[in-house]
Amino acid sequence: MTAFLKARMPVLAVGISILLLWYGGAIWLNAPQAIEGFARAGRAWGAMDLVHQTFAMKRPVLPTPDQVLSDLIDSLFHYPPTSIRNLLYHAGVTAEATLLGFLMGVAFGALLAVGIVHLKTLDSSLMPWVIISQTIPILAIAPMVVVIFGNLGFTGLLPKAVISMYLCFFPITIGLVKGLRSTDPLALDLMRTYSASVSQTFWLLRLPTSLPYLFTSIKVSIAISLIGAIVAELPTGGTAGLGARLLSGSYYGQTVQIWSALVMSALLSLTLVGLAGLAERLIVGRGGRKGA
Amino acid sequence: MGSSSTLPVAEAIATTPAENRPIVDIRTLSLIFKAADKPVTALDGIDLRINSGDFVSLIGPSGCGKTTLLRVIADLEQPTSGDITVNGLTPEAARLKRAYGYVFQAPALYPWRTVERNVTLPLEIIGLDKTERQRRSAQQLALVGLAGFEKKFPWQLSGGMQQRVSIARALAFEPDLLLMDEPFGALDEITRDHLNSQLSRLWRTTGKTCVFVTHSISEAVFLSTRIVVMSPRPGRILDVIDCDLPRERSLEMRESQRFQDIAARVRHGLAEGHSYDE
Ligand SMILES: Nc1ncnc2c1ncn2[C@@H]1O[C@H](COP(=O)(O)OP(=O)(O)O)[C@@H](O)[C@H]1O
Ligand SMILES: [Mg+2]
Repeated sequence: MTAFLKARMPVLAVGISILLLWYGGAIWLNAPQAIEGFARAGRAWGAMDLVHQTFAMKRPVLPTPDQVLSDLIDSLFHYPPTSIRNLLYHAGVTAEATLLGFLMGVAFGALLAVGIVHLKTLDSSLMPWVIISQTIPILAIAPMVVVIFGNLGFTGLLPKAVISMYLCFFPITIGLVKGLRSTDPLALDLMRTYSASVSQTFWLLRLPTSLPYLFTSIKVSIAISLIGAIVAELPTGGTAGLGARLLSGSYYGQTVQIWSALVMSALLSLTLVGLAGLAERLIVGRGGRKGA
Repeated sequence: MGSSSTLPVAEAIATTPAENRPIVDIRTLSLIFKAADKPVTALDGIDLRINSGDFVSLIGPSGCGKTTLLRVIADLEQPTSGDITVNGLTPEAARLKRAYGYVFQAPALYPWRTVERNVTLPLEIIGLDKTERQRRSAQQLALVGLAGFEKKFPWQLSGGMQQRVSIARALAFEPDLLLMDEPFGALDEITRDHLNSQLSRLWRTTGKTCVFVTHSISEAVFLSTRIVVMSPRPGRILDVIDCDLPRERSLEMRESQRFQDIAARVRHGLAEGHSYDE
């Protein structure tokens, strides 16, 4: 038990420091507003009154961790999961766009990678565009995509997924190109001696070799995909989704709501990356990888 | 491969007894690697004819081009000049017809596949059904003494065992021509003796043609019908020694005078090649 504590000590120490800083920050940032409140009410106040007040504001500049936690609990457990007051509902809406965008991104990114690895002309003609595409800020692209898709009659899920895909195909392409090229030359020679076809070499050798690279990319991609979906929810002006929740929170000065939506996004991100890691262990870790 | 009668060299074959049909025919072949600093002449004026049923060993110091020569036969390297046919075809055409099985110096197993699925890899590629694949895998793994290791992964095996898996993989392919690059180099002597006996028996009973690279004089004499002694820089053939021991070999034969004489000649040839260097 002591060894366990010793190993966890640094993490715990940092965690506690962050909490202390957070509460300190809440006092500091909320104090002017609290003092103004006291003045308006004509109340005399001491140091303890001030601390109490800064921890219990209705619309604090910086809410305390316990305020965020109780808002989360309230939202998650006091409303049915289908209610727009339940954050699970919003997380579900965002997760849907995230996953669809992610799947489209994996398909598109993998297609590009396979083309780039197998066709020399694609390598020189396509790769620069793939890289340039990522230099355009997503905040500039997102409203455009929403407008264009809206004109074509698509609203809601599809434009969000497309924006997600735009962000997340890139790590897939880069990782998979690297993975598909990391094949052991001797293993390729072996395939040659069997006069294996290009597709046999791909499925039996190149793809299995690239799986560890692909899964590293997938874990990055799925997190980016979530960011894409949240960003996409801002200009759509929708009422559902974590992005919409962030937007309306800032619109109405509901800082606690913003923070709970943030925490919910982080939890969703952790869940998605965790699931990707689990898939990796099931598929790549299947018995034999240790020596590889 | 019985297909050679349809080939351009059919006339030449017609004059040769069937059992002496050339499987590999190399004439004044050279190969120069264009390395970054200066070109390396890996093979220089190689002339070699390997007949059906031959067991030919290539022996020589490191860097004399043994691997390169084997890779040229397998169409893994392209000669700079000279001619070569395999089964009367260009090496590429022969490779596309799956004329040979190749055992590399390193095991080259796929780490994500079990031992059995490594052995059945080439059989999947040529499209055999699962029962036949498993039958051949079991048979060849038993031959190399690895029965019971089917479900293990390569990293769970020693280096020598991995190399034996790679030999089983090549044998399961059932090629008529077997190209082997120091397959037993990493094995201990007892395993090596055992596999040498197995290989010799396999060769004798199946009539396969073998090209075998080795560093070991006694291994070369024990296995071969002919021994090709090579020298480095540039890679040349110094001597081709007929090894006319009875086709049925036994490990005791290594004590015989005939065996010792041939070994002495190989050793002499190698020493001569070495003196070029000093
Ligand atoms: N791909 C290559 N590029 C350049 N030089 C090479 C290459 N492969 C082999 N060589 C050189 O060719 C010579 C013969 O090599 P190799 O056939 O591997 O010798 P051996 O198998 O007899 O030890 C060596 O000098 C080696 O450095
Ligand atoms: Mg070699």
